[in-house]
Amino acid sequence: MAKVGVYVCHCGSNIAGVIDVEAVRAFAETLPGVAVARKDLFMCSDSGQEMIKQDIRDGLVDRVVVAACTPRTHEPIFRAALAAGGLNKYLFEMANIRDQDSWVHAHDPVGATEKAKKVVASAIGKASHLKPLEDKFVDVTDAALVVGGGVGGIFAALELANMGHKTYLVEREPSIGGVMAQLDKTFPTNDCSACILTPVMVDAGNHPNIELLTYSEVDDVEGYIGNFTVKVRQKQTYIDWKKCTGCGACAEKCPAKTPDAFNSGLSNRHAAYIHFPQAVPKKAVIDMGACINCAGRTIGSEPRISKKTGEPIYAPCEKACPAGAIDRSLALDPNGTIRELKVGSIVVATGFKVMEKENFKEFAPDCENVITALQLERLISATGPTGGKLLVPGTVNKPHTMTFVSCVGSRDERFHTHCSRVCCMYMIKQARLLKEKYPDLSINMHFMDVRAAGKGYDEYYTGARAMGINIFRGKVGGVEKLPGGALRVMAYDMEAGTPIEYETDLMILATAIEMADGAKELAQKMGLQFCGNNFYRELHPKLGPVETSVRGLYLAGCCQGPKDIPDTVSQAKGAAAAAAVPLSQGKVKIEPILSEVHPEKCSGCGICVPLCPYDAISLKPYADRPRAVIDMTQCKGCGVCTSACPSAAIVLHGYEEEQIYAQIAALTA
Amino acid sequence: MEFSPNIVGFACQWCTYAGADLAGNLRCKYPPTIKLIKVPCSGTVEPEFVLEALARGADGVLIGGCHIGDCHYKEGNHKTERRMLLLSKLIEDAGFDSRRFRLEWISGAEGKKFAEVVTEFTEQIKELGPNPIKAKGGE
Ligand SMILES: Cc1cc2nc3c(=O)[nH]c(=O)nc-3n(C[C@H](O)[C@H](O)[C@H](O)COP(=O)(O)OP(=O)(O)OC[C@H]3O[C@@H](n4cnc5c(N)ncnc54)[C@H](O)[C@@H]3O)c2cc1C
Ligand code: FES
Repeated sequence: MAKVGVYVCHCGSNIAGVIDVEAVRAFAETLPGVAVARKDLFMCSDSGQEMIKQDIRDGLVDRVVVAACTPRTHEPIFRAALAAGGLNKYLFEMANIRDQDSWVHAHDPVGATEKAKKVVASAIGKASHLKPLEDKFVDVTDAALVVGGGVGGIFAALELANMGHKTYLVEREPSIGGVMAQLDKTFPTNDCSACILTPVMVDAGNHPNIELLTYSEVDDVEGYIGNFTVKVRQKQTYIDWKKCTGCGACAEKCPAKTPDAFNSGLSNRHAAYIHFPQAVPKKAVIDMGACINCAGRTIGSEPRISKKTGEPIYAPCEKACPAGAIDRSLALDPNGTIRELKVGSIVVATGFKVMEKENFKEFAPDCENVITALQLERLISATGPTGGKLLVPGTVNKPHTMTFVSCVGSRDERFHTHCSRVCCMYMIKQARLLKEKYPDLSINMHFMDVRAAGKGYDEYYTGARAMGINIFRGKVGGVEKLPGGALRVMAYDMEAGTPIEYETDLMILATAIEMADGAKELAQKMGLQFCGNNFYRELHPKLGPVETSVRGLYLAGCCQGPKDIPDTVSQAKGAAAAAAVPLSQGKVKIEPILSEVHPEKCSGCGICVPLCPYDAISLKPYADRPRAVIDMTQCKGCGVCTSACPSAAIVLHGYEEEQIYAQIAALTA
Repeated sequence: MEFSPNIVGFACQWCTYAGADLAGNLRCKYPPTIKLIKVPCSGTVEPEFVLEALARGADGVLIGGCHIGDCHYKEGNHKTERRMLLLSKLIEDAGFDSRRFRLEWISGAEGKKFAEVVTEFTEQIKELGPNPIKAKGGE
């Protein structure tokens, strides 16, 4: 019979402040199979772990139960202690009496103690039936994938590549760069965004270890840490990128127009276009959704022949291309092409999007002179639609008065409860830049409160006040369109305690940062989880900020939560370091919590085969008939086959039926 | 003494178990009625486990998993969902009120929801009274 050692943790006063630890210990001691039951102030401390190791070495115990916090953080620590003591580390079970007991039942210490006894008994029941298991090791493909080519993805890719790992950088737009490429200057130093980003983009484009896959998206992900197979779909560019030199002649001649997303819709681009002037790679694409098929040149059709000259008639883009990269006669597959990549780890850096003004009826979104802060970035950028001149959209007029509104859609129950973290700072940046350029411009800023917690940030904000920018604390209730194009702002000044009203020419909404389009679909392909509905969830908010619940998958940048460029770059470098660990180790451990078929019990019915989400089960001949076999490298241990098997022929190691029945029995005793 | 139900919960380790931990982090109060058994996925839970818990006198049984679409194993919870109809019938056939059993989707970010579900389920079972099997055993 198993000799179970039970170790009950006080966790300082976290547990002992509510639960009668001694009562739990004494109760455990009475249960069958329990050899020793001890308690300690902190079981995870050196002395606590030593207590367990000593009991193992003394031959007192061969199964260990620790009643403490949660296995989600501490199971690895205690498993390592078992191994150090000389016991198979899978002969361990944890009873969660803190996170799921003392912390939530502080109002009922007696009930909490009774619950702790049951939970401990359940863990003892399971532990008594545990069997030793062995870790498996598999070889790793030494290559990484980074999804999303914003500043976060670019830095993650560069770090991985500099460490010597082949890295694929997948970006769905024609160029890498992300939102930072759209920004004019960046707080808190006001350096020009393009000046600091472009060289890094070029580095990524030229790095021998980086392969850029732009205009591409992840279609499917299979496998596990060390051995992912990723299908990437490159969208159809309709221009031969091997020949395209990025001269832009096709775009110049293309007559079709559509709103330019890079300029946040403030101007139009052509159907044939280059993403932006500093694009990497600098290649043109034809957006077939906007293409008007000049000269009847639908893709894949032969050119018409001119009756006059007898010459074929080509579309302007074809004629313009000096490199001969456009041939509309080719029947190109609109679905693009699929590339299959083998990688060992993946960094997701898919960023964010800002909310559109249309969501906010109270701010007259139908007015041209109400714009989002991202649109303002384009409006003041030298590469923007006005060449950097601040003009009220749709007019040739400079504004006399302009208004900034903070927290539009952030910290607002109707939309997002989170703080978008960068808005206060970029609004101050925009106001400072404009005040420097146009000293006569009257700038009014309305904040709920100013959040400037970064290094050098508060100084940056105080500086704005000294420049004569008017800063109000309080909400803007609404705006009203006035004849002639101006707007009446109705706000509240909390410091003066009075409502204020004034006319303004241009209104800037600092709209909330939210998850990127397609984030949900990507999450489903990769197995990523969300925090609420907003951003991808990291493994642990403090100790696992770049890891996720999927081993081998890491996060960087705003896809994990709103953050500024310094924080994005830091996290990207952290994610790259974490993603490089399996690649440099060359082998990864596969936990043996997997399913296995007992062939002698298997009837060969095949029910399990289609149930497996990973296609890991097949029927193979065994003795007289075909029976199910599970490919251990494909299995992830969900146990769906185990629970469906009518012959009880499949065991899920670590969650065997008799172990769970023992838990049920203990909980209902 | 007031009847305090004994609820056995099967919680998938990726969502509901994490949600229950989060309830702890947030110090959301709920009655100490539920005791969780951690399983890899809600799809791991065999219908027999639920029946066994009821047959042994549990006043209520909860299966908690990830929201549909969020299962760590792609579609494990679809299978859980598909089994539910059958399971409810098996529970009734075994002579139990199927309201003693619940399937809930609680994500790792829904600590508050976990506490609310347990509180509400506890109230519901209090109304149903103790598991009738226990009464028989007591006779
Ligand atoms: C108006 C405004 C002003 C700002 N000003 C500043 C400032 O002055 N200083 C500062 O520090 N920060 C500033 N920020 C914040 C800054 O923009 C972000 O910190 C930074 O862009 C985050 O980088 P990222 O790589 O995480 O995301 P992104 O820049 O959003 O990049 C993500 C990339 O991933 C791609 N992508 C998305 N989904 C997929 C997919 N499924 N497959 C493939 N590719 C995908 C996108 O196309 C994009 O290229 C500002 C933000 C805004 C909105
Ligand atoms: S992992 Fe949570 S339901 Fe499948």
